[in-house]
Amino acid sequence: MGFMILLLTGFVLTFTAPWIRRRLRKWSLPVFLLYPLAALALLWNISETIQKQSAIAVSLPWVPSLGVNLSLRIDGLGWLFGLLISGIGALVIVYAHGYLHHHPQENRFYGFLFLFMTAMLGVVWSEDIFLLFVFWELTSISSFLLIGLEHPEEKARKAALQALLVTAGGGLALLAGLVGLTLITGSSNLSVMNTLNGKIVQSELYLPVLLLILAGAFTKSAQFPFHFWLPGAMAAPTPVSAYLHSATMVKAGVYLLARLTPALGGTPQWHTLLTLFGLATLLAGAFLALGQTDLKRLLAYTTVASLGTMVFLIGLGDSLAIKSAITLILAHALYKGALFFVAGGIDHSAHTRDLNRLGGLAGTMPFTAFAAVLAGLSMLGLPPALGFISKELVYEAALESASGGNALIALIALSGVTAVGIWVAFLPFWKKPDEQTARGHGEEITLWLPPVLLGLISLGLGLLPGIASKALVQPAVEAVLLKSTPVKLALWHGFTPMLALSGLTLAIGTVLALNRMRFQPAVQTILQTLAPISPERGYERGLTGLKHFAALQTNFLQNGYFRRYLMVTILSGILLVGIVLLQSDSLPWTSFTPPRFYEVILVGVILTGVFSVTRTSSRMVAAALLGMMGFTIALIYLLYSAPDLAMVQFTIETLSVILFVLVIYRLPQFTRTRGGPPAVLDVVVSVAAGVLVTVLVLTLSAVPHDSLVTSFYAENSLKLAQGRNVVNVILVDFRGFDTLGEITVLALAGIGVFALLKLSGKTEAIRTSSQEETK
Amino acid sequence: MKARSMLLQVAVAYLMPLLLIFSIFLLIRGHNEVGGGFVGGLVAAAAFILHAIAESPKATRAHLPLSPDKLIAVGLSIALLSGVLALFQGNPFMTGIWLKQPLPVIGKVGTPFIFDVGVYLVVIGVCLHILLNLAEDER
Repeated sequence: MGFMILLLTGFVLTFTAPWIRRRLRKWSLPVFLLYPLAALALLWNISETIQKQSAIAVSLPWVPSLGVNLSLRIDGLGWLFGLLISGIGALVIVYAHGYLHHHPQENRFYGFLFLFMTAMLGVVWSEDIFLLFVFWELTSISSFLLIGLEHPEEKARKAALQALLVTAGGGLALLAGLVGLTLITGSSNLSVMNTLNGKIVQSELYLPVLLLILAGAFTKSAQFPFHFWLPGAMAAPTPVSAYLHSATMVKAGVYLLARLTPALGGTPQWHTLLTLFGLATLLAGAFLALGQTDLKRLLAYTTVASLGTMVFLIGLGDSLAIKSAITLILAHALYKGALFFVAGGIDHSAHTRDLNRLGGLAGTMPFTAFAAVLAGLSMLGLPPALGFISKELVYEAALESASGGNALIALIALSGVTAVGIWVAFLPFWKKPDEQTARGHGEEITLWLPPVLLGLISLGLGLLPGIASKALVQPAVEAVLLKSTPVKLALWHGFTPMLALSGLTLAIGTVLALNRMRFQPAVQTILQTLAPISPERGYERGLTGLKHFAALQTNFLQNGYFRRYLMVTILSGILLVGIVLLQSDSLPWTSFTPPRFYEVILVGVILTGVFSVTRTSSRMVAAALLGMMGFTIALIYLLYSAPDLAMVQFTIETLSVILFVLVIYRLPQFTRTRGGPPAVLDVVVSVAAGVLVTVLVLTLSAVPHDSLVTSFYAENSLKLAQGRNVVNVILVDFRGFDTLGEITVLALAGIGVFALLKLSGKTEAIRTSSQEETK
Repeated sequence: MKARSMLLQVAVAYLMPLLLIFSIFLLIRGHNEVGGGFVGGLVAAAAFILHAIAESPKATRAHLPLSPDKLIAVGLSIALLSGVLALFQGNPFMTGIWLKQPLPVIGKVGTPFIFDVGVYLVVIGVCLHILLNLAEDER
């Protein structure tokens, strides 16, 4: 239950955090830290249960009619992710207090951050897949808000939109896939689905469901060819990049794949698709990274490569591969988060992230340099950091898989990643400064403490592999594979092929790193030649295409002339209703009672009004004539004993005449098209509309009237709703919900008219002022 | 409006209170006789617009206890809250709740009546919001 309350508190914090921050200023730090620390405490509390390979589950009914429940289940995998999310989250809060100090959007940042933290915890703790989906989408939305934090800059807005469109587009596919999965298994419960592998795999829906779910996971985890949004997302402030775009959110796709392994995995399709896309992403990420000079973009592309490795390992799917995937998730979150923090610290101090302008910062930023070395050891895969163990495992899994090519691809790509690691972790601090180098000015504790802590944890887990394997990795692996799998991580395995590969990676990586100036221009040239066929360009083309299509459609249907709108509306009405009427039986000409003389007079008045409106040349006269027709119609209501309607009609007509009069002042001269084709068309359309309505009314009145509803209202108006005026009782009681909707629409219309009146004046002013400027 | 009619001004001074009382009368009797919040609101709006024509939109705004946009907001909130009340009794949204004893003058009071008051206010608010703004911007 504590977990449920925690998530609810997170949503409350989303809305109150900006206010708390404004009130408490720097004292908000300890208050904000309470949330992730509470999460850590809750997780610590259940650690014994997790070690025993069991799980904590809570469930509350949410949408019982759809069988969707608010059910959480925390097992080894959710536990490990929960630790990462809340632990790194706490450090991000500390870091942001230093990094975003005096940032104009500082207060709202914390609101978005808590939204994300809560949503991400929800993703990894959800037992119901639709609950998971809701949290999944919330992480996309919070990511959009956080990337767009610098919204005055166009680049940030564009990147935010790109990330949202790609991940939310994938989210739609995911939703369809999850619905399909529920159709096959008859349950939206993850644990139930995970026991039905045979049924799912044999279903004819298996392949479409798999493809849809993979689309969701691949877009979220930035797999090739959807990888391009992640480097774009670097427009976000560094704490966001460290948290969302390297340590946690981008791993949501990987999490989902791991989570659904028992349900969907074990088939050739699963194996082929995941390893193929994983390796492609690994290669693309490593290659693209080699062409970058911006610290954050370098880190972003290596993150893409690491995510590719994780997907590849999950695709292999045996217990060794899952073990190495989980270890990599842990190691990567620790070192990549730390390196992002370091990059942010450098940016903060030297005001640049360009490799070519950085160097010699070790003197002014000793603690940041220390953190960079700690994290760098892990990224390079040097003992005794956790990264070393994880890299050994990756090679072992790749070697054991069927084709030896996998290990070769991994070797090439990981060498590239190693080179980038050296650039990011060592170049800014120890390269000899030259005349281009930017000067750094000191460092702050809030900016170096978080990466140092992460680096120390990474080192500690490497030195004590027993704790890492038993407490963290094994429960997660068992939660993925759903069977007891002993995990023993160790630093030293003896002289193995893996060790040789690790050494080789390091050697190639170092050579690459030292010769940066020589080959980086070549990589950049290749990337520029490939740019026209890059997925990012494809995305842009799709977007412009969509805009063109929308503009085309809008220009056709809504060209700004009221005539056109009316014409389109009336013609489509005639067409749609007319087709149905023609298909129904021939007109039932029932016998009519002969009209009474005052009815004839009233209709005569209306007809005179109609004729005069078409002949008049003054707007004012036209408005008055229309009002006259309205009043006559009100009289007809009275004749047929509908006083309520008549009364409304009278007041409405009065107000509309006033409205007309007020509007007429603002309209240009009344120009009249006399004769010619447009006038003929107008006559044809209006006559057709009149005929249609007449025929419709006749047809409807011939249909035997079902009086069940009428008599129900008449009988129960007083009994159930305590009112004798049936019309009003229907409005405010029986169909009160409709009325509520209607008055809401009315209110919106009022606001809309107001906006049109006020804004149209403004845009004109803007237009004229800009014209004056150009003159 | 450039030229104001003295006749209209004097007439409005007497008509406006009458029209407003009539609109409230329509609102209250609506549940049993011809009337209701919608018509009542329209009549009240017409009364205010009449005043705006006779005097000036600015003078009318000064007479309003709340600006039209606030009237819309208050009206919508009242209508919504009247429906929410039933939730506290464990009934579905918008179930009618009635006082046992009728109040003097007003008669029986229940949540549908409160809802109608909300409708009344929204209608006045929207009409005045549109018409007063149009009248003010006149050239």
